[in-house]
Amino acid sequence: MFLINCPYCGERDQSEFSCGGEAHIVRPKQPTELSDDQWAEYLFMRKNIKGVQFERWNHAHGCRKWFNMVRDTSNDKIHAVYKMGEKPPVE
Amino acid sequence: MKNKYSIFSLIKNAFSQHENWKQAWGDPEPKREYEAIIIGGGGHGLATAYYLAKKHNMRNIAVLEKGWIGGGNTGRNTTIIRSNYLWDASAGLYDHALKIWENLSQELNYNVMFSQRGVMNLAHNLQDVRDLKRRTHANRLNGIDAVWLNTNQVKEFCPIINTSPDIRYPVLGGTLQRRAGTARHDAVAWGYARGADEMGVDIIQNCEVIGIKRNIDQVEGVETSKGFIKTKKIGVVAAGHSSVIANMAGLKLPLESKPLQALVSEPVKPIIDTVVMSNAVHAYVSQSDKGELVIGAGTDAYVSYTQRGSHDVVEGTLKAILELYPIFSRMKMLRQWGGIVDICPDASPIISKTNIKGLYFNCGWGTGGFKATPGSGDLFAHTIANDEPHKLNAAFNLNRFVSGDLVDEHGAAAVAH
Repeated sequence: MFLINCPYCGERDQSEFSCGGEAHIVRPKQPTELSDDQWAEYLFMRKNIKGVQFERWNHAHGCRKWFNMVRDTSNDKIHAVYKMGEKPPVE
Repeated sequence: MKNKYSIFSLIKNAFSQHENWKQAWGDPEPKREYEAIIIGGGGHGLATAYYLAKKHNMRNIAVLEKGWIGGGNTGRNTTIIRSNYLWDASAGLYDHALKIWENLSQELNYNVMFSQRGVMNLAHNLQDVRDLKRRTHANRLNGIDAVWLNTNQVKEFCPIINTSPDIRYPVLGGTLQRRAGTARHDAVAWGYARGADEMGVDIIQNCEVIGIKRNIDQVEGVETSKGFIKTKKIGVVAAGHSSVIANMAGLKLPLESKPLQALVSEPVKPIIDTVVMSNAVHAYVSQSDKGELVIGAGTDAYVSYTQRGSHDVVEGTLKAILELYPIFSRMKMLRQWGGIVDICPDASPIISKTNIKGLYFNCGWGTGGFKATPGSGDLFAHTIANDEPHKLNAAFNLNRFVSGDLVDEHGAAAVAH
């Protein structure tokens, strides 16, 4: 449990948000040409990192907008929040 | 067995004030090479080592544990054991485990306090009723005992449940598996550790795996905090940290690790002599032999390796508990904790080979791995020893995420995941 600084609404309780999992998984451009292995990779395989992870969040009980977040999953510390379409921070 | 526990050994040791009991397992330094290495000294890992030694005669093996044995999810779960799963593959897997549980104390010469007090699953809406009835039929076709109880029968079986039609989610009935129950979780790890140690398995605690050495298609050993250990077979049974180990080998798994919470109350006199689970409101409760209520809550809805969990999750569960059992309203909760569970997209486990030779994974047990401990160990040992799955775990391979042949127990497994 933690506070999240929504890029549109400001700091709110985490229970207002829902997590959309790992970020920057790009939807395949030509889905019909994918092999079963590539589909499995896209649909199911996750880095599930213990440490700094890039992920998508939705302010479900607020502005309902999606955004990205950089969070350390080993201690739940949030390093950065940035809007969809923006480049992820380098460090 | 060198130091068989019995009434006679108990009397004999009573004369020396119980000061001369031998250590139940040793504390060896790792050898330079093993026939097989099990990563993770929880119940599943120790059971795997035990059955590798016992049934497959692999004695030159080691269990590596980063902390102390049974200190992870084995010591953090709510000890519920049942096998009333919907799909045939799951029924086969979990009932295999339940059958081993029934004789486990005798087999291990260690009292795991297995108590077949029954597990009741409540229905709170019409869809629950349909789903649970369907599941009892499926269970009985698979030879698993299951009965449907109407509201009055639920009340009769567990009188403290509030069956008033006026509560927010009224009890419309439930299913009961009488062979199901609970066991002492620590004793399971200790019993398997003692049994494995007896057969020559090295149980190495405080030994963290920090790397996996492999060539292109074969494992060569593990890098640990106690140095490099050579081996041709590695069985990973690291629960919430399975992905961390997989990443060391350059693999990705279809897992997400999340904190799952549980809590216990102050101890009181016997009040609930069964296990009651409730899917729709996500609350389950039983009473330990010490008298504490053991309450299971849900998972946080995001990846986290912090062994705590969010307050609102516990709050939601306790609200449901209070509505169903008003008698508990003044009880105080003593302890709350979280364990990291690795959840598969289909809420079924993975007991499987990988595309790297000699690397095996037993993971993805999500919120319900404890019940399967003996069966999981047995089948994983078979998979490692023969380099191919047993027919009972063939469906639980890693390749199912490629083929699409999932064992979809989400919502079908009698508990919300």
